[in-house]
Amino acid sequence: MLIKVTRPTDIKSSEITPKSVFLNRRKFLKTAAVAGAGLAVGQLLPDQAWAGRKLDGIVKGRFATDEEQTSFMSVTSYNNFYEFGTDKNDPVKNSGAFKAKPWTVEIAGECEKPGTYAFEDVIKPHRLEERIYRLRCVEAWSMVVPWVGVPLGDVIKRFAPTSAAKYVAFETIVRPEEMPGQKRPILPWPYVEGLRMDEAMNPLTLLAVGLYGEELLNQNGAPIRLVLPWKYGFKSIKSIVKITFTEKEPPCTWNQQASHEYGFYANVNPQVDHPRWSQAKERRIGEFFKRETLMFNGYADEVASLYSGLDLQRYY
Amino acid sequence: MPREKMIRKVAKPAIFALCLGPVAWYAWLAVSGGLGANPIEATTRYFGDWGLRFLLIALAVTPLREIFGFGILARFRRMIGLFAFFYVFLHLTSYVALDQFFDMAAVWSDIVKRNFITVGMIAFAMLVPLAVTSTKGWMKRLGGKSWQRLHRVVYAAGVLAVVHFYMMVKADVREPLVYAAILGALLAWRVFMRLKPRVPVKRLRGL
Ligand code: HEM
Repeated sequence: MLIKVTRPTDIKSSEITPKSVFLNRRKFLKTAAVAGAGLAVGQLLPDQAWAGRKLDGIVKGRFATDEEQTSFMSVTSYNNFYEFGTDKNDPVKNSGAFKAKPWTVEIAGECEKPGTYAFEDVIKPHRLEERIYRLRCVEAWSMVVPWVGVPLGDVIKRFAPTSAAKYVAFETIVRPEEMPGQKRPILPWPYVEGLRMDEAMNPLTLLAVGLYGEELLNQNGAPIRLVLPWKYGFKSIKSIVKITFTEKEPPCTWNQQASHEYGFYANVNPQVDHPRWSQAKERRIGEFFKRETLMFNGYADEVASLYSGLDLQRYY
Repeated sequence: MPREKMIRKVAKPAIFALCLGPVAWYAWLAVSGGLGANPIEATTRYFGDWGLRFLLIALAVTPLREIFGFGILARFRRMIGLFAFFYVFLHLTSYVALDQFFDMAAVWSDIVKRNFITVGMIAFAMLVPLAVTSTKGWMKRLGGKSWQRLHRVVYAAGVLAVVHFYMMVKADVREPLVYAAILGALLAWRVFMRLKPRVPVKRLRGL
């Protein structure tokens, strides 16, 4: 279907790094802002936010769309990450104090190797892949992001889940001192998410540690997050500190918050509207005209079989 | 300069320019990239915010005049009200022209299906006759009493506008609640003034 599986050589390098362009534009903006009406724009763009560290040894992954990538600037300044505030530019502004290192991930529940693992021990045994995925937010906007990460399925196998493990639950860190949004109960903290085991093991499911060839910035869910390109963005939980294998369907934050608006599955589906807006179309960040939203965000070939027989109107 | 001339030649143009401030600030944001990654959403929201703010400012004129005796404020009330309509109109235009790109079928289905837009549209529909009848000619044609009665619709429009904002928000309702509190205070003051036993000033003096 619409996802193109390209080999490394198929991706033109000219498409990959609009970053320097944006940095230049930013410099201009900052100068203009200081020279002109003042600080507003400059304050939106703190320097430290762009201090991503290069990741080494990345190979091109199996999945890469050849659609135009959303600018690094937009990917890192237009975020929903309520732990840092509810406005789209709050995460870039308010995440400066967040310490993504050192980091540990607790593995718990129905598996043979539970324990608390250092971030490096979770990731190092695997090869970092670049995956260029479409990202569709439940709010009807979308991006194309060159993620860097490892397949979640490969990581999960190392912890040897037992036959009782039917689901995987994820939890975001709680650190109100470093995450100002958590000082108020806008959502019940910690943010939690969950997947069915087969969804977690699907080759598309990525445990991301970077984007645009660099380590994840705090506003994007550093140091480790999920990326589920066929589901609405809120399923792709950020800054993960705990992974639990469970027998029962685990709770999910937005689903608990408003179950008539956000389902457990949250698969991208243009035929099932959100009660407050249509999901038939989306605005790709950087584009003027809306475009049609694709079933499973264009990943039907990879994931539709997971849901055969499931009434998607009911299990949205 | 005589006071009347001052008001007409200086104060009114100054207030007019001040009311256009949000447009100028918007232009600056637009050219400097300050609208962010999703400028269309930012535009719709920006003008929605200012529409609501001007609505509240217009509703604050009478209480401020009565409480603090700023009689002169009344001279600008109509202008402020029309600016409220102007910003709400830009808000609606941004939604129809930029967000939906004149896909009128989609706009219509939003208006009937999405409650927060239904409510916003009703608020807008209420403001239209008020804007139309804001001229001196209409005031005369309707007569002071009916004109006043008609323009009380603005209270309902204000309430619906706040409800519209509240319904739109996903989780953090603090901001719409701030607007609700301000609107509540402005309306409560009016109710209070109505309920207060009114003693004509002359009779008070005569006592
Ligand atoms: C008296 C009339 C109205 C007022 C005062 C008003 C005010 C507002 C305010 C304050 C917001 C929230 C902005 C923010 O989040 O900062 C908003 C959002 C919105 N309004 Fe209105 N509104 C009015 C009428 C309408 C109408 C008639 C429509 C469309 C038919 C409309 C469509 C929208 C949409 C789509 C949003 C969400 C913007 C987005 O998130 O992209 N509004 N409005």
